[in-house]
Amino acid sequence: MKPAPFAYHRPGSVADAVAALAGDAGAKVLAGGQSLVPLLSMRLAAPSALVDINGIPGLDTIEVDTASSGGGVRIGALARHADVLASEDVRRVQPLVSLALANVAHATIRNRGTTVGSLVHADAAAEMPVVLSLLGGSIDVEGPGGRRTIPADELYVGPLESSVHHDELAVSAFFPALAPGAGVAFEEIARRHGDYALVGVAALVDGDSVRAGFLSVSDVPTVVDLTGVADDDLGDAALEHLEPAGGIHSDIHATAAYRAQLVRVLTRRVVLAARVSRQARQPKGVAR
Amino acid sequence: MTEERHTVRLHVNGHVYDAAVPARRLLSDALRHDLGLTGTHVGCEHGVCGACTVLLDGRPVRSCLILAVSVDGQEVTTVEGLTNEDGSLGPVQQAFLECHGLQCGFCTPGFLTTITAGLRDNPTPTHEEARDMIAGNLCRCTGYQNIVKAVERASVLQRAQRAKDATVVEEGAHRPSRDQVTEAGT
Repeated sequence: MKPAPFAYHRPGSVADAVAALAGDAGAKVLAGGQSLVPLLSMRLAAPSALVDINGIPGLDTIEVDTASSGGGVRIGALARHADVLASEDVRRVQPLVSLALANVAHATIRNRGTTVGSLVHADAAAEMPVVLSLLGGSIDVEGPGGRRTIPADELYVGPLESSVHHDELAVSAFFPALAPGAGVAFEEIARRHGDYALVGVAALVDGDSVRAGFLSVSDVPTVVDLTGVADDDLGDAALEHLEPAGGIHSDIHATAAYRAQLVRVLTRRVVLAARVSRQARQPKGVAR
Repeated sequence: MTEERHTVRLHVNGHVYDAAVPARRLLSDALRHDLGLTGTHVGCEHGVCGACTVLLDGRPVRSCLILAVSVDGQEVTTVEGLTNEDGSLGPVQQAFLECHGLQCGFCTPGFLTTITAGLRDNPTPTHEEARDMIAGNLCRCTGYQNIVKAVERASVLQRAQRAKDATVVEEGAHRPSRDQVTEAGT
C-alpha cells in the first residue's frame, strides 16, 4: 500500500521545525522514517503533515563527555544508528548503547534510522528505549516555550506513546557514562536475526546494585531492581515484578508462557554476563 | 483536489534526474515510475525483504522506507549502476552468475547492492561475515547457500580486478611521465 497524502515541510532550523509542528496539530516529525514510513504505507498512521528534519544542520552529532561525574554520551536527532554503533568513543564511555544497537534491525535499516527517533517512537519492542530507561538517561526537546529535559522515567507513558508534546522536537538524547567498576550486558531472542525481539534483556550491575530492563514484555519499557537476589532466583524475581506491572502479553509471535520462560532464562544469563563484563573492565578501569 | 508536487533532483548512477513528485512518493516508486529505472524491485514495501535496497550516498538503504522528497540532491546507486564502465557485469553480478546465486531473480537487485557496499567496507569477509552481510535480505528460491558462495566469489573477483586496475594505473602513471620527458626533450 501507499501512504495517504500529507503536506510536507522541510525546515532549515529547529525553530522552523517547531513552528511547523505548532502550526498543525496533525503533523509528525520525519527523521530516519524506518518506523514511520511503514506505518504510513500500511495506513496505520495518516498525519496531515510531515516535518522532515533531515535538512537541519548540526543535528547529526555524537558527543562523549568523559568527566568523572555527569559524563556520558549525547546523541543528536539526526545521528544514524550505524554511526552511533561505529563510534569507538560511545563504546568506551557507555558500552550498553553499542551492545543494544547491534541488535536494532538490520545494518541497512541502521544506516537510515536514528537513535533519537527510535527513543521517541516509544516502541516497547525496541532496544533503545529500554536502554535509556535502565541507564537513567534523558532526552532534550525543543518546543514553542523553549527547551526542556525529559528524564527517561517520565518519557514512556503507554504503547507507542511518549510525554513529548506534539509541538516539541526531540533534539538530542543523553545516556550517562558507565561508572568505573560497573558492568553491562544485553541479549535478545528473536525468531530471525534482525527481527523484533520476542524478549530482550539489558542488565546494569554497579556495586551491590543489580537492575535489568526488559523489552517486548510489557506495553512500555520496564526496569526491575534485582539487588540482593540470589543468582538462581533472578528469573523468578524478575517475573514477580513484571507480571503484576501490566502483565506479560501473548501475541501471534509468542505466548505469555513462552515469553515468561525467556525472561526466566535471559535475566539470569544477562545479569551474570554483566558481572563478567565488570570484572573484565576492572583492570583497566583507570585508563578511562 | 490535485496533490501538491515537489521538484526533486536525484543523482542516480551518475546521471542527474529531475522529477516532480507528491511528498508521499516512496523513493522505490520514484525510481521505478518517475525515472523508469525498474531494476529496483519492490517486494514487501515495509522494509522486511530487502529487494528494494539501493545505495544512498554509498550506504545501503531500503528505498521503500524513504520518501523521494527527503533525499533531494543526494546520490543514489541502483542495480543498473553496478555494471563495469564498459557495460560488462560488475564483480558481484559476475559472481552471482558463476555461483548460480539466483533463480527467479526478484530479490537479486537488493542482494547485489547490499553486497557491493558490504565488500567495499569489508573486502575479505569470512564465511560468517558473508552470511551476516546478507542477513537483511530475503530470498525464497535459493536457500542462500549459493548467495553466500557468490559473496565469497565476488570478493575474489573484486580483488583480482583491483590488482589488475592497480597495474594498469601504474603503467598509466608511468606513460604520461615518459610523454612529459619527450615533450620536455623537444
